[in-house]
Amino acid sequence: MSRALPVVTVLAGIVAIWYAAAVWMNATWAFDQAERAGQTVTWAEVIPQTMDQARPLLPPPHQVGAELWKGLFGQAVTSKRSLVYHAFVTFKGTMTGFGLGIVVGVLLAVAIVRFRVMDMSVMPWAIISQTIPIVALAPMIITLSSQLGLTGRDIPKAVIAAYLSFFPVLVSMVKGLRSPDQMQLDLLRTYGASDAQTFLKLRLPASMPYFFASLKVAVAASLVGTIVGELPTGAIEGLGARMLIGSQFGEPLIMWASLFAAAILAGILILVVGLIERIAGRRMGVRA
Amino acid sequence: MKDTVSQPVIEAKGLNLVFQTADGPVQALKDVNLTINQGDFVSFIGPSGCGKTTFLRCIAALEHPTGGTLIVNGMTPDEARQKRAYGYVFQAAGLYPWRTIAGNIRLPLEIMGFPKAEQDQRIERVLELVELKGFGKKFPWQLSGGMQQRASIARALAFDADILLMDEPFGALDEIVRDRLNEEVLKLWARTGKTIGFVTHSIPEAVYLSTKIVVMSPRPGRITDVIDSPLPKERPLDIRDSREFIEIAHRVREGLRAGHHDD
Repeated sequence: MSRALPVVTVLAGIVAIWYAAAVWMNATWAFDQAERAGQTVTWAEVIPQTMDQARPLLPPPHQVGAELWKGLFGQAVTSKRSLVYHAFVTFKGTMTGFGLGIVVGVLLAVAIVRFRVMDMSVMPWAIISQTIPIVALAPMIITLSSQLGLTGRDIPKAVIAAYLSFFPVLVSMVKGLRSPDQMQLDLLRTYGASDAQTFLKLRLPASMPYFFASLKVAVAASLVGTIVGELPTGAIEGLGARMLIGSQFGEPLIMWASLFAAAILAGILILVVGLIERIAGRRMGVRA
Repeated sequence: MKDTVSQPVIEAKGLNLVFQTADGPVQALKDVNLTINQGDFVSFIGPSGCGKTTFLRCIAALEHPTGGTLIVNGMTPDEARQKRAYGYVFQAAGLYPWRTIAGNIRLPLEIMGFPKAEQDQRIERVLELVELKGFGKKFPWQLSGGMQQRASIARALAFDADILLMDEPFGALDEIVRDRLNEEVLKLWARTGKTIGFVTHSIPEAVYLSTKIVVMSPRPGRITDVIDSPLPKERPLDIRDSREFIEIAHRVREGLRAGHHDD
């Protein structure tokens, strides 16, 4: 209960500010309408009109909530209008990119820790790769993959997601694999352990806390990458495509509902990663 | 193992070690000559920088001397390590937090390729030896500092090396725990007949435990005195109030002071 109170307080604050902003932003339209009709209206008359416009500048929370509810539960989940359907498309892309990002990140980290030359040659490029805005890169990846004869959007989406998610995994794993101190390394030397044994029995388990911390960042980055991959050039499926449709056809409610669906998806993914972390932690003797 | 003819297990002759550092060469060990016999309990005592830990690390082949000869069990230190000649106990217990106590003791056994059934047997035996029976399934954080250090001694004993090298193993523990562990180490030594090299900066600890006390001094790291203890093998804690004990402690203190005058 004591943990819920601060969260609820902040949430209430956000909702209050949101309603105030909705009234302020949507009132312009209501005043314009009245002026065009040659009427004068008071604020008291305008405020109700700001709450249920079809194309509000800023939809108030209850409208977004209703649209979200309709999108999630209003039709069969296989329908093209269902947010569940689009969220699942995005989820698939996120997971493929996330998996790819983990594999690439871990393999690069192992190589960097093992070979000094990789540390000097690859690490700077990995850092530079993250300074290029993904929105600039995404269309290029999509064009390139269609040039290569890949008709579906699954692979370019996964590549974009992996491009964002491999980096936190790489950085954390490099730090984690290097975390054992000299004494722990000396101990293994006194046993005459091989490099492979040192890696498997010391470096790898020692890196796990770093690994799981990076997964939470990586899964969120992967979701963002997937949505960005769905935005450009005529994607028809996924939450990103839904947002674009809402924006292009002047349907702010669709846009906002998709946005919240994406936020909920992100929350679920991070919760699941946290759960896996806790299960792994319990098996590895983390203090309860 | 008996008191008949003691075989030398560690022999250093004219041992030198120079570290190349950013501030120029540092002579960590200068002309060290020492013979350690089978079943000896040898303490190395001296101020920091005297090379006591460095010498222990040389025996363990964790450092490599730049001059002189060092023979362990009739071999070079590197060969001796391959033959599992010694177990090493560090200042910190250094148990892997992700392994249980039994899992930590299993670590060297896994690396050395003991069969699974024998691993279990050995773990049981050494846990009993350090009086940690029943704690095998606990994780390190569930044990006190003294118990963790006992577990790390068990880990060093698990693969039955003849030599046990201990680098200030109780330095981080409080006096009361340290007294108890000192008693236990003596019991362990009596039961196993191992040769023990023990680094410490505590005079009472060195005198209480050892059959041979090596006093060292810094800059350059060298041996200033080697004292063969006349104390009996059986040593209750109150032996520390006896006249012989106080005399040896006095001689160690004098040795340490002489080393300091050289600065």
